[in-house]
Parts: sequence; C-alpha cells; structure tokens
Amino acid sequence: MPSPRRERRRISGSERVGPYTLLRLERGGLDPGLPGQFFMLDVPGHVMPRPFSICLAEKGELAFLIDPVGPATRVLCELERGQSIGLFGPLGNGYRTNVSRPLLVGGGIGIAPLPYAARAMGNPPVVLGFRTSRQAEAAALVPGAEVCVEPTLVTELIPDEPVDILACGPEPMLRAVHALRPDAQLAWEAPMACGFGACYGCAIEFEGKSLRLCVEGPVLNGRPPVIPLIEDEKVEAE
Amino acid sequence: MILNASGCLDALIAPKVARSLDVFVAKTVTPEPRLGNPQPRLAETDYGMLNSIGLQNPGIDRYCAEVLPRLEELGMPFWVSVGGAKTADYALICERIGERESVAALELNLSCPNVDPAAGAAAEIVSACRAVSSKPLYAKLSPHLPDVPSVALTVIEAGATGLSLVNSLRGLVLDEWTLEPRLARSVGGYSGAAMRPVALAAVYLCYKATKGTVPIVGMGGVQTGKQALDMIAAGASAVALGSVLFNDLEAPERVRAELEQEAHARGFERPGDARGVAHRPSGD
Repeated sequence: MPSPRRERRRISGSERVGPYTLLRLERGGLDPGLPGQFFMLDVPGHVMPRPFSICLAEKGELAFLIDPVGPATRVLCELERGQSIGLFGPLGNGYRTNVSRPLLVGGGIGIAPLPYAARAMGNPPVVLGFRTSRQAEAAALVPGAEVCVEPTLVTELIPDEPVDILACGPEPMLRAVHALRPDAQLAWEAPMACGFGACYGCAIEFEGKSLRLCVEGPVLNGRPPVIPLIEDEKVEAE
Repeated sequence: MILNASGCLDALIAPKVARSLDVFVAKTVTPEPRLGNPQPRLAETDYGMLNSIGLQNPGIDRYCAEVLPRLEELGMPFWVSVGGAKTADYALICERIGERESVAALELNLSCPNVDPAAGAAAEIVSACRAVSSKPLYAKLSPHLPDVPSVALTVIEAGATGLSLVNSLRGLVLDEWTLEPRLARSVGGYSGAAMRPVALAAVYLCYKATKGTVPIVGMGGVQTGKQALDMIAAGASAVALGSVLFNDLEAPERVRAELEQEAHARGFERPGDARGVAHRPSGD
C-alpha cells in the first residue's frame, strides 16, 4: 500500500454532475491508491478536513465527487480552477478487486468510488440507485451502468446468481446489501477528523465490533484490513 | 516537555509522530470494553470541533494482552489514561498496571464530558488509586468545575503527583436545516483554539493555588510555540497537543522548535525557565 502524503495541489477543473460536483486536482507525485481508499481534503475557512474517496484517477489528475450538503462541502464545490487546497492520502483499506464475478453496487453520492473501481477492474457490471432523476445524471460517470430511481431500490437490481459485490452507498443500502450477501465488500462513510486512527470519530458498529473506518475500513468485508503505519509525511510545493 | 492529549494520537499507527513527543499519553482504558457512542461522533463548529467518542477501548484485559506490549515495543516513555464510572474502576486499572515498569505515569481521567460523571468525588478516586500504585498520578480535571484550584488542592492532598489541565468543554452543534443536534448523543466535548483562554486560566489558578509546587500539564487549543509558552508562563511544566495533531503530524517538532525560539526571544535560556512568570510578585 502506498504511504499517505500531505501535499498542496492546484484545482485543474470543477464540473457539475447532476446535483454533485466533480472536483479535479493536479495529481503531482500523489499516488491515487486503490479503489475505495480515500483522501482527507482541507476546506478553506474550516477547521476539520473532510474525507472523500477517489472517484477518478486519470493521467495527472485526482478527482473527487462531492455532494454540497453542508457549509464545508459547499465551499469545496465552489472552488475554482487555479485555486489550491491541501490533501492527505491515500488512506484506509480499499476494495479487493481480484474477484471472479464482480458486481459494483452504488447508491446516491455513494457511487463516488465506483468510476475508479470500474476502470481499474476492466468495466465489470454496475448497478446504481438514486433518489431522484437529477441525482441519476451522475450515472454518466460509470458508462454502461444499469440505473434505477426510487421507488425502485438498487438491491432489486442485484441478480439471484452468485456475484462478488463491491458496494458503496448510504447506511440503509449497505445494511440491506449485507443482509442479502453477507460476503459483500461494503464501503462505509462517517465524519473523520484525522483519517489515520487518532480521533476515533469514524468508528461504526459492524458485526458486534466497533471499527474505525479509517483504519479497518472504509471497505469492510474486503481484504483483511492492513493496519496502516503513518511513518512519513511530506509537504511539497505545488 | 511536549506530550499529546489522551485520545488524540494512536502511537501504534503513527509511531514516528509519537516518538517526536517527549511522552506519549495513551487513550483512556476502562475495566470493561466499551464500543463507544453511536454515529455521528464528530461535528465541526466555529474555531474547533465537538467529539462524542464515549471512551471506546478494548477493556483492561485485552489492553494488557494486546495494547500494552505493543506500546512497550515503542521504546519511549508513555502514560496510561485511566477511566471508569466509579472509584473501584479507577483503582482496578491502577492495580492491574500501576506497578508495570514500562508505565511512566497514570493519568486519571476524572473529567470525560461524554460518559456519565464518576460517582465518586475526585479526591476519593485519587486516594483509592494512590493506595494501589506508587506511580506518578496525574489528575485530569474538567474546566466545568466551579472552583478548579480547590479541587486541585484536594486531589494533591489525596496523593496526586500532578495535574492535567484541562479536558474538553461540553458543547452543542445544531444541524443547519433540521436544527437538531448533529451528534448522536447531542452534547459533546469541545476542543480547539477557543479552549486556550479557558485552559490558561485553569493552569494559572492551579499554579497559584499550589504555589508552583506540583507539575502541571497544560492543554487546550495549543497549536503554536507561542501558545505553549503562554501555558508555561501561566504555570505549566509541560504542554500537551490535542486536536492540532489531527491535521499536522509534524506539530510536536514544530511546536518544540517554535517554543525554544519564542523563549529565547524573551530572554529565557530554556522554555522551562519561563514557568510561572505570568504571576506577578504582588499577586492579583
């Protein structure tokens, strides 16, 4: 696993995708990590950084899909090309991608890590669920995905035959997927202050244990968690 | 001397950062395992953040079997933070690890804002711990106490070696649209820059009350060397870094270097020489 680094990076683009914003940063020497891993993004004017999984890692870029649900995410969505922000990563445990019958399952803003995962895995089957048709515009980030809008639920698109699920979405969706397929790999989300196990803010209860998502996750039921060692960090000029 | 505030760094995950401290203070351990509080546990607010972790820890049995041996492998001085719901809980932990050679000191967390308050009075807990351990005992006090220095005097009399000042303040953040509490447990511990004057006052008053005779670890919103120097001038013999560690892993080394510069600039050979200089000879 690549070591996380803290760097300051310039914004190379920001585009609307339905109600979300795809924020593109110059990658520089940062390793994008594995699908499902995440970065902590500093938010100008805010004390706490925010965690975002890698959405796309095209050449020379890192892109994050952001839902402007609060003051900090609105600031990130309003950043313009040429401005720069600090970020720290890649962090956490990503998906196990060498599975034989992959199916990517995403819900709402939880589709964020799936475009990168789909590209890394050679475009496997994908099913996505959204609350509104406007949100569903974000399905364009995963070409070929099968899409549903409520009242149809994405769990209804999961076929009966055996599949290896890699999922990300809101907690009720993840719990439903887990109930259907206990071996599914699930990427969870919770507020974090650090991203490296120090604050215990992101711990969730899963199968009777309290797990720090930044250390044992955010993908649970994936690869055996590698407990990261934060040995070095480097601040590089832009 | 620069430490971390308990619960703000995991030395097993960030050993290099831990080793850049003079002493590592481990997260609070309780007799029984605690899963901690439900999500959400964190909420940002002006000038800081609220946390509601709920003393998540594996309990003393697993702590002794799995955590302590790995802390010992770090090869650096460390303190263990001790928690509980009643006097016997604190005494049990002190009995289990209080004579372990590797543990440099025990910090008694008498002030967590996210668990039910300890049933026993602070002095009773300290006294019970002193009876079972000869280690240095630091009493970590709450800024909510109506009279922090008088409690400080009673815990010192009961056998505490020093004071850790202060734990976080209870705070509340509401969601911008629903106007409901952002934290699952509603109220959480506020930390960040706005804690500085609160902590500084507690350090100042306790130094004065104890006439500078006991060690004091000052903590609360310290992010720079000048802010650490303020703590020392108010009466701290050591300074602990808290939430600054979440976003600046180089903070211990940076703050230490800044502290030495700031002390030199004011004519002090060592930062420790500035201890208590905020106290005017005439009193106030």
